Amino acid sequence: MGKAFQRPEALAENHTHYCPGCTHGIAHRLVAEVIDELGIRDRTVGIAPVGCAVMCYNYFTFDFQEAAHGRAPAMATGIKRVRPDLIVFTYQGDGDLASIGMSEIVHAANRGEKFTTIFINNAVYGMTGGQMAPTTLPDQRTTTSPFGRKVLDTGMPVKVAELLAALQTPAFITREALIKPKHINKAKKAIKRAFTYQMEDTCFSLVELVSTCPTNWGMTPLEALKWAEEKMLPYYELGELKSPEQAGR
Amino acid sequence: MAKVLMKGNEAIGEAAIRAGCLNYFAYPITPQSEVAEYLSRRLPEVGGTFLQGESEVAVSYMIFGAAATGERVFTTSSSPGISLMSEGISYITAAQCPAVFVNIMRGGPGLGGILPSQADYFQSVKGGGHGDYRLLVMAPASVQEAVEMMMEAFALAEKYTNPVMILGDGLIGQMMEPVEFPDELKAPPSNKDAWATNGMGTRNSKERNLVKTLYLVPEELNAHNLKLRDKYRQMERDEVRFEPYNLDCDYKVLIVSYGTMSRVCRTAIDNFSEKGIDVGMIRPQTLFPFPLEAVYQAAARQGCQAVLSVEMNMGQMLEDVERAVKGKRPVSWYGKCGGEVPTPEEVMEAVENLMQ
Amino acid sequence: MTYEHRIDKDRCKGCGLCVEACPKDVLEISSEVNSKGYFPAFQARPEDCIHCAICCTMCPDVAIIIREIEEAKVSS
Repeated sequence: MGKAFQRPEALAENHTHYCPGCTHGIAHRLVAEVIDELGIRDRTVGIAPVGCAVMCYNYFTFDFQEAAHGRAPAMATGIKRVRPDLIVFTYQGDGDLASIGMSEIVHAANRGEKFTTIFINNAVYGMTGGQMAPTTLPDQRTTTSPFGRKVLDTGMPVKVAELLAALQTPAFITREALIKPKHINKAKKAIKRAFTYQMEDTCFSLVELVSTCPTNWGMTPLEALKWAEEKMLPYYELGELKSPEQAGR
Repeated sequence: MAKVLMKGNEAIGEAAIRAGCLNYFAYPITPQSEVAEYLSRRLPEVGGTFLQGESEVAVSYMIFGAAATGERVFTTSSSPGISLMSEGISYITAAQCPAVFVNIMRGGPGLGGILPSQADYFQSVKGGGHGDYRLLVMAPASVQEAVEMMMEAFALAEKYTNPVMILGDGLIGQMMEPVEFPDELKAPPSNKDAWATNGMGTRNSKERNLVKTLYLVPEELNAHNLKLRDKYRQMERDEVRFEPYNLDCDYKVLIVSYGTMSRVCRTAIDNFSEKGIDVGMIRPQTLFPFPLEAVYQAAARQGCQAVLSVEMNMGQMLEDVERAVKGKRPVSWYGKCGGEVPTPEEVMEAVENLMQ
Repeated sequence: MTYEHRIDKDRCKGCGLCVEACPKDVLEISSEVNSKGYFPAFQARPEDCIHCAICCTMCPDVAIIIREIEEAKVSS
């Protein structure tokens, strides 16, 4: 028994700047593995967000653009409309996608732009030092909710996958996690399915990935995985929310 | 070639197609929505791409994404919409991608008014977005000139890998004049494979391209800015355009005016000539790069007593005119805002006040 | 088929995700610091390794690889 394992070609060799145990590294690798397996590296264009992954282009070996905060779905729209043959994905965190970029993702999804979005949900703003995000849980302490998120003041956390699934335009919307190996395997399948839909010109896809941020949660990497499993999964439920097959595509 | 009577906004849209640009993203805003309406019908006819985005903010990034693949792309908007696009413009300039922006100016600031103005001079020429960047800014004074400038804009944007702005106003956008689209102004193909994110397979390359604007290492960001500045210096050397009017006489006052305001000034100058009074004008056709030398020489001419910047704003180009004249002659401003277009008589009165 | 499990100790950031995930309790965190200042993971009980690659799946840094090697060239 046993199997081989190596770094995918679509992932660069250099060491990442991410914190120890940060699940960005897992997400990046899954995307790269999928790109390798689907054989699409030479026609893929990735779009980096503003966030910890702002320099994610340093970790991939294909064409990349760097977007302004929240605007990646608009840039992806621009690329797909003028070069529909390119495979385009955005890689975005909670602030980028669910705060400043909420309009761009909703409208791109609603128009059915045929690109793929990988959405990293770690309930906090990482790069800027741990401020509250739209996805921060009730009572969760962050640097701008030092007494815990007060739902009466700032509302409930945003469930992006459900929000987008409510749009009428067919799409593939799903939520997986990067917590245990079984979650990660499912996440990879979801990512592969999303990119395959794009190759077949079917629909917009969003794969939300429940992720950890040990540094800004003030935990060790293993504690962070545990917190994500115990606190985030009950609220951010895993599984497919919408698929193009439901709309007869 | 036959001339066609066209509304400015529609002619601008058609000009892009004739130049070889078949991609347009935009958001409606008065007084330029007709560009989108026209192109929504016309672009499908020529196999082009049309998309009405959800906001000017989003549109500016659709432009960025598309431009970064090396495809020709443009958008049109009006003053408040250009404010929203200003961040995107800063990014596109930093990333060194070609793109064309058209501002059909309306009254401001804020929601302002929907009638023409020239109140976005600072915004376009001095930078509405952040950081050290410039746009090549061209200001047409007729629908025909708007067509020609639009057609040339794409080649210029690709020559400098920098966005170009056409600064029009609501009059240019709305009025109808006869136009023709000169074939020789169609932009030639340019090599984008050196920098565009158009897919490694498209370029037959093992090297990927990266379009970015982040340079965290100070020395790198400084070097990047120096590179951008060199481009602007080249524009200042090679791309200045202006039109002299009635300078072959002993004019006492030099008017500096652009766009539709310059047409009113032209009438004022002709009226003066009939009365035997000489007034000259320099009409900048590029606002960046500004015709500094031409304005100086014209102001420094023996007999010229004063310089008048005439613009539909509260005095913006005025500052570049003062800079050009270098204190050689007194420089004043005359203008109106809010959509009020000064009449030739009002311009004449302002000039006469200077002559006393 | 024989496999070789290798941890690049300078890529490893000592996050511990692999140690926790290993179904055979093969891995531990070393007490020797690496060139980046982290304490990397290592195979404390390599003979128990079944090359399931679960550690590879968990690793955010692709610090662990598993190579197929021919029988005759099994490294110790």
